[in-house]
Amino acid sequence: MTNELDIFVGNTTLIDEDVYRLWLDGYSVNDAVALRVRSGILEQTGATAAVLQSDTMDHYRTFHMLERLLHAPPKLLHQLIFQIPPSRQALLIERYYAFDEAFVREVLGKKLSKGTKKDLDDISTKTGITLKSCRRQFDNFKRVFKVVEEMRGSLVDNIQQHFLLSDRLARDYAAIVFFANNRFETGKKKLQYLSFGDFAFCAELMIQNWTLGAVDSQVDDMDVDLDKEFLQDLKELKVLVADKDLLDLHKSLVCTALRGKLGVFSEMEANFKNLSRGLVNVAAKLTHNKDVRDLFVDLVEKFVEPCRSDHWALNDVRLFLNQYSASVHSLDGFRHQALWDRYMGTLRGCLLRLYHD
Amino acid sequence: MPGKLKVKIVAGRHLPVMDRASDLTDAFVEVKFGNTTFKTDVYLKSLNPQWNSEWFKFEVDDEDLQDEPLQITVLDHDTYSANDAIGKVYIDIDPLLYSEAATVISGWFPIYDTIHGIRGEINVVVKVDLFNDLNRFRQSSCGVKFFCTTSIPKCYRAVIIHGFVEELVVNEDPEYQWIDRIRTPRASNEARQRLISLMSGELQRKIGLKVLEMRGNAVVGYLQCFDLEGESGLVVRAIGTACTLDKLSSPAAFLPACNSPSKDMKEIPFNEDPNPNTHSSGPSTPLKNQTYSFSPSKSYSRQSSSSDTDLSLTPKTGMGSGSAGKEGGPFKALLRQQTQSALEQRGGSPHRFCRRREFPFFTLTAFPPGFLVHVGGVVSARSVKLLDRIHNPAFVGIMGNTRSYKLLDWNSFNADEPETRDAWWAEIRQEIKSHAKALGCHAVVGYSESTSICEEVCILSASGTAAVLNPRFLQDGTVESCLEQRLEENLPAGCGFCHIPYDELNMPFPAHLTYCYNCRKQKVPDVLFTTIDLPIDATVIGKGCLIQARLCRLKKKAQAEANATAISNLLPFMEYEVHTQLMNKLKLKGMNALFGLRIQITVGENMLMGLASATGVYLAALPTPGGIQIAGKTPNDGSYEQHVSHMQKKINDTIAKNKELYEINPPEISEEIIGSPIPEPRQRSRLLRSQSESSDEVTELDLSHGKKDAFVLEIDDTDAMEDVHSLLTDVPPPSGFYSCNTEIMPGINNWTSEIQMFTSVRVIRLSSLNLTNQALNKNFNDLCENLLKSLYFKLRSMIPCCLCHVNFTVSLPEDELIQVTVTAVAITFDKNQALQTTKTQVEKSLQRASTDNEELLQFPLELCSDSLPSHPFPPAKATSVDYSSFADRCSSWIELIKLKAQTIRRGSIKTTVTVEKASPMSEGNFRNRSAPPCANSTVGVVKMTPLSFIPGAKITKYLGIINMFFIRETTSLREEGGVSGFLHAFVAEVFAMVRAHVAALGGNAVVSYIMKQCVFMENPNKNQAQCLINVSGDAVIFVRESELEVVSSQPPTANCQSSCPGGDVTT
Repeated sequence: MTNELDIFVGNTTLIDEDVYRLWLDGYSVNDAVALRVRSGILEQTGATAAVLQSDTMDHYRTFHMLERLLHAPPKLLHQLIFQIPPSRQALLIERYYAFDEAFVREVLGKKLSKGTKKDLDDISTKTGITLKSCRRQFDNFKRVFKVVEEMRGSLVDNIQQHFLLSDRLARDYAAIVFFANNRFETGKKKLQYLSFGDFAFCAELMIQNWTLGAVDSQVDDMDVDLDKEFLQDLKELKVLVADKDLLDLHKSLVCTALRGKLGVFSEMEANFKNLSRGLVNVAAKLTHNKDVRDLFVDLVEKFVEPCRSDHWALNDVRLFLNQYSASVHSLDGFRHQALWDRYMGTLRGCLLRLYHD
Repeated sequence: MPGKLKVKIVAGRHLPVMDRASDLTDAFVEVKFGNTTFKTDVYLKSLNPQWNSEWFKFEVDDEDLQDEPLQITVLDHDTYSANDAIGKVYIDIDPLLYSEAATVISGWFPIYDTIHGIRGEINVVVKVDLFNDLNRFRQSSCGVKFFCTTSIPKCYRAVIIHGFVEELVVNEDPEYQWIDRIRTPRASNEARQRLISLMSGELQRKIGLKVLEMRGNAVVGYLQCFDLEGESGLVVRAIGTACTLDKLSSPAAFLPACNSPSKDMKEIPFNEDPNPNTHSSGPSTPLKNQTYSFSPSKSYSRQSSSSDTDLSLTPKTGMGSGSAGKEGGPFKALLRQQTQSALEQRGGSPHRFCRRREFPFFTLTAFPPGFLVHVGGVVSARSVKLLDRIHNPAFVGIMGNTRSYKLLDWNSFNADEPETRDAWWAEIRQEIKSHAKALGCHAVVGYSESTSICEEVCILSASGTAAVLNPRFLQDGTVESCLEQRLEENLPAGCGFCHIPYDELNMPFPAHLTYCYNCRKQKVPDVLFTTIDLPIDATVIGKGCLIQARLCRLKKKAQAEANATAISNLLPFMEYEVHTQLMNKLKLKGMNALFGLRIQITVGENMLMGLASATGVYLAALPTPGGIQIAGKTPNDGSYEQHVSHMQKKINDTIAKNKELYEINPPEISEEIIGSPIPEPRQRSRLLRSQSESSDEVTELDLSHGKKDAFVLEIDDTDAMEDVHSLLTDVPPPSGFYSCNTEIMPGINNWTSEIQMFTSVRVIRLSSLNLTNQALNKNFNDLCENLLKSLYFKLRSMIPCCLCHVNFTVSLPEDELIQVTVTAVAITFDKNQALQTTKTQVEKSLQRASTDNEELLQFPLELCSDSLPSHPFPPAKATSVDYSSFADRCSSWIELIKLKAQTIRRGSIKTTVTVEKASPMSEGNFRNRSAPPCANSTVGVVKMTPLSFIPGAKITKYLGIINMFFIRETTSLREEGGVSGFLHAFVAEVFAMVRAHVAALGGNAVVSYIMKQCVFMENPNKNQAQCLINVSGDAVIFVRESELEVVSSQPPTANCQSSCPGGDVTT
């Protein structure tokens, strides 16, 4: 006796959160059943394995049918086939678009292309996330990217509108889209200590200050592309390190202000020129796409690592960066104050976030 | 030309991509009604076209309006080749044809294609302008309301219940026409869908005509079925109960409140009009029903023409030998006289019904209190027929654009086919009638008909419950007189229907009679089987439960007559075994009555299947059921005896456990039986035996005596052993779950608002090697049990809950396949209240009456009394309009009720608590309903339920009947997820289309929903499958009682009903 056909359809579509998670995690029906058995559900409910199998199959079929709609969440709201309470719809969407930290770190900043998709096998092996789940997450990134890539208006708003994600998740996706578009390198070994949250934080600051949208909210791609003009202008900052007088003056202003306030004052004093050169050179190099990609590598190499090797406390870093950016306003010979603020304001925020073990 | 149909095509959305090159679609719409077709403009390159068309106007006969569906086809425009169809929408405009239902159909409809399923949605507005010459004699029956609900619909009252209406139409099945060989599956499916739509329209119109002829205005308990007879054609048949209904909307409306069930039928004829001066205090409003009064001459002629078949009212001479018989004879004659006189003279009576028709059958399963006097038992009839091919060349090719319904009018043809079918059914109905007569009953209630077809063999089945109905409904009984009666005969209420209607000395079948355990005056049988719902005034002890008997019998494959003979020979054995199984299982549950019994016999190529479902209860009026006694045939063998005693112990344990589980602890036991509730088996059965013989001495038991003692099982061979085992394999539902197949679960009344209707389908393949009866039985049993287990598991989040109206359907699509389809609704209830089992009997029944009020056809006295003084909207789970309409009347009763007030108030407080407790719980289940991103959902929630009510809500309007038929076919079965994926999607789509139609009518629920047919065929080798589904129900608007209460508790708010429009109510 075998079940040829076995279905259950409710007027209100039944959604089992646990099974949904297993499905999202890419487990096969049999694996999911095994995992559910292990969770002790049979003992709790007095059900048999056959019942569990049938139930899991049913849910998987439902999810499979829902998946098409989840690709365009507004469709899920307007469709008539599945009657799902709004709270459940929200849950379905949010969970479907949720991603694993380990996975996103692997693809963050990579081109969302077929080539990357081929590497998912390796990522799956490396992270222990099933290939199916990797594919879903990758396809989600790509889908969101495709939809909002050339859209006018705020990136976060666009994502929220087209994918009905929560604010937090929409911000994360904005970061992913921004990173993918600008292809920031995040995979180098020295960047491994950084979490997705660190990058997402930086992405948000950069979107707010460094993109076209920061100056003009009426252009296409406004939140996705960096403001090219701004990057060109950053070359002007070079004078801060190229002009020896200016550099000395800058140093003395910072040192005077921080004397006695910094735990690592002597180290700072000794390293000031290197650090300043590093920060300004990063800015000056941003005209080249290649260097834009290496932004985070450069920041870590040129600033985070030197400070860390001298055991700067986070508070020292904060005091230093504040003083370092503020002092420039007192440099009479320096004419690019606004530019400096736009650059350094964001960079300061990023560096503080990046500065941890 | 009495109608103008207006259609506007507004927009489409989510259309499929029809042009691969552009990934877009150039869509336009064809709107067709009858022979007229309109087209919209082509909306270029969009998946969300905005046609915003003009109003397309069709000027048509109302006959056409009733028969024809509006057909909307969405197409993709193609310059160079033929336009591709995207899909269709069929809209039944019948609900627009009577004034009280919907006025406009407007909304998003899924665009359906029989090959691809739902492909996007289309927004349509439909209106009908009817002209005023509706009352002339005509072929149409616009204005007759149809209800699937098998009780008087909630916001109506029955003025007259006229009786049985039936009709059938026959046509050739397009699937079997020669043209089918050359057309596409899509064309064939669409031809079939359209034909069935036409046929059901025609059938409904014809039934409507019959109702008008009877001076009724509605059909209640309307059940329409399709017989797919294959080569020999397609039969659409329907039965229903014609009624004259009055809307209960105006507060001053006169409510029939004759609650009192007569406890003693014999008194009635001699107790004419107990309060003659009540006319003065009669109804304050003019009686609307006078408009429906009979034209005497007409009714007379009918009466005389059918008088020879109306014999059921006059007892056979042979039966009149006993004393009861003598009394019964004149009484019945009198009853009949009264029926007639009431019909002729008392046209204005609010409580009239008439049985002028040939068959005194009622498809209703629940009745106004007091309507049902006695219940005799289940009557059923089956007949095996051979189907012949329809030979009628006129039918070839009618499926083109011609108006095929004209051709369907069989009267204009020489075809005798429908007459054949009519004759078949007439034969069966006659048999049912004579069975009822043998039980001393003049009517059959809870009546239904069904067929099972395999190749050219067809089993026709009909069943119902023989009953005696209350002649007082023919009198000018006013409310006050009823009330006094009520108070007089207060307590014995709830046992009257159990009293035997037949003559004790000429019992139609062997039964053990005993004096009623409730009133001690009348005789009752030891068990009672019925096809109706539990009467609301019945006194029940404990809770009910679903009881099923399952049976398979192998049959040799045979052709034609040999096959029919083989089946006919098997049927009696199956009936007997099903009955025995039911009886044993009932006893095993410690219960003594079955309600909602439905026995389905399904015929397949090489087997017959029997599935009986019913809800077992313990009726306080009936004697305690006996235990099950096991007797071995070979008592010498020690180990064998040990085995027998072991089994006996197991059975006794099960009975004890069940009694505990279902809270069956009748007080009588402790009074009358010595000591423990479960005495020694032998002693026990003796006791019961003695009770059932209503004598005090213990008579010697002859256990081996046989068939009368259904509770003695002999295990003399392995077969019997199996039977005993199978008895014990039925696992009770997990704790927190109850199940029944009736409308309401006996013993549970505190429903909370969460409901979940579902359909589950399972098909198993039997391995052909072990096809023995035992193996078959086991497989079938396992199939059903596993299915139930799965349901319990799936719905575990709703605990505590009850599966109501569990409806199993078995079919045998192929040699080795068994298909079981289950539709039911899970309803949550408040556990805390359910656990309060220590209430006194009176309180219990009061409570039941108050919460079952939804179920009431008329208004229970107890409730109005307590709620009126303080609340305009009562806290109890009851319908508020009923109260307010009762207000002035009730206030004058308060003195009479004062005595009871204390108990009642307590009851009502409890109910209030239920509601309060319920609300956080139901919110918990749909928590954070207003989740920010998705709050702007545009799709209104539509509830579906097979019940006639929605717990915690009040139905404010019936919008019309939903009767839909869909075919889905695929040639890419594997790609669609195999058979399960295919059917899962299809069932979901059917639900979606039902919901969309209800929403477009302005409704927010379907009640009395039923999936009448789910025919699934597969051919995995060809990667193909086909499925036909037929569903029906009543579209309604309901308003949550909690919302009513919220509104009423805020004094300034004026009108709550207008603030809760249908579509917006979400739960």
